[in-house]
Amino acid sequence: MKLCIIKYNAGNVKSVANALERLGVHAIVSDEPETIKSADRVIFPGVGEASTAMDYLQSNGLDKLIPELTQPFLGICLGLQLMCNHSKENDTKCLGIFDIEVTRFEPTMKVPHMGWNVIEDLKGPLMTYLPERPYMYFVHSYFAEVGSDTIATANYSTKFSAALHKDNFYAVQAHPEKSSDTGSKILENFLKLEI
Amino acid sequence: MLTKRIIPCLDVKNGRTVKGVNFLDLRDAGDPVELGATYANDMADELVFLDITATLEKRKTLVDLVDRVSAVVNIPFTVGGGIATVEDVSALLNAGADKVTINSSAVKDPVLIDRLAKEFGSQCIVVAVDTKYLGQEDIVHTHGGSQPTEVRTLNWVKEIESRGAGEIMLTSMDHDGTKQGFANKLTAKVSEMVNIPVIASGGGGKKEHFKSVFEEGKADAALAASIFHFNEIPIIELKQYLSEKGITTRL
Repeated sequence: MKLCIIKYNAGNVKSVANALERLGVHAIVSDEPETIKSADRVIFPGVGEASTAMDYLQSNGLDKLIPELTQPFLGICLGLQLMCNHSKENDTKCLGIFDIEVTRFEPTMKVPHMGWNVIEDLKGPLMTYLPERPYMYFVHSYFAEVGSDTIATANYSTKFSAALHKDNFYAVQAHPEKSSDTGSKILENFLKLEI
Repeated sequence: MLTKRIIPCLDVKNGRTVKGVNFLDLRDAGDPVELGATYANDMADELVFLDITATLEKRKTLVDLVDRVSAVVNIPFTVGGGIATVEDVSALLNAGADKVTINSSAVKDPVLIDRLAKEFGSQCIVVAVDTKYLGQEDIVHTHGGSQPTEVRTLNWVKEIESRGAGEIMLTSMDHDGTKQGFANKLTAKVSEMVNIPVIASGGGGKKEHFKSVFEEGKADAALAASIFHFNEIPIIELKQYLSEKGITTRL
């Protein structure tokens, strides 16, 4: 299987690559359109700030390329947020794959929402074979609201999308590469997806 | 619901884990990578590796360690020990560390916090605060808690937050190594003053101490070293105890 992790200026990709390596898949890390297009699976990670990340994607034409991809695609953390319509983080227009708004947690809550939280309302093939009320590791200050594409939720003063799915596009807010056995299972499910 | 985190801390010297009390009588405790993986299996929520090597080769050995840890550990981990520059942090994050912790270098040059938060994001910048009660108030100490500064702890934690740190690791030198319990009052004060997570460290010796640092100390996470290394309190047992007492942990 040819798996490509999209390389851009939003955090390191080593942990994601290592998690895949533990599942027996060697990932290619690239921002080359041809390499991304020809991959069997694409992972879109990301840690950082939305507008800076979108600027980079635009400068490489990846903002146009990503929504047109047809193979199984998985956004992680900031990746999920960038796949939505718009983020309130520096009023950023995003990729628009999911018709969802990204907003900030209430000021009464400690941000970032950092640590292990339960994911619930699990739906579909990405979220199968998981323990009951599984925990995942989250680190984020903004969240995607719940919508019709939501396939998992989590709660931090407000209920938000812990995972999203539309067509070939999947996304998780928490870090599967850091979420112990649950995260590993989600990555394994992603590798097995048939589209 | 967001759970309270239990974080074992591993002291590393020349690439090996060392066990000792107050940095004295250090004994080799094996490969930090193996120990870290064991803790991850035992339901630790995160790991902290503190490098106490004092050689010029330090950064290289630490990067090498992070590289090896990242290959096998599937939970988040933080590294610290003598980190002072953007280049240090960049090398460690690229090798696979999730967060770095800075201490003395931040006290000496507080703008470093702004620089690191801007460059890498607040979520990966943990500022460690070593504090000791001197006369009338809590004062920040540096260099492993050996050197007092002029900085008041309660002022410093606010400054750390405003400069963009993502988390505070608060170690009470008055409690560290005593196994008599965490500094609950001070931890609660800090936790209420800032809007970022606070990791309490120093003094954890019994399961009850963890319960009280979460309840009275309002900590978001608790860190300990020797009680986990010597397996005095297995992590799973501690988390089961906390759950029974109504404190949510990941089990």
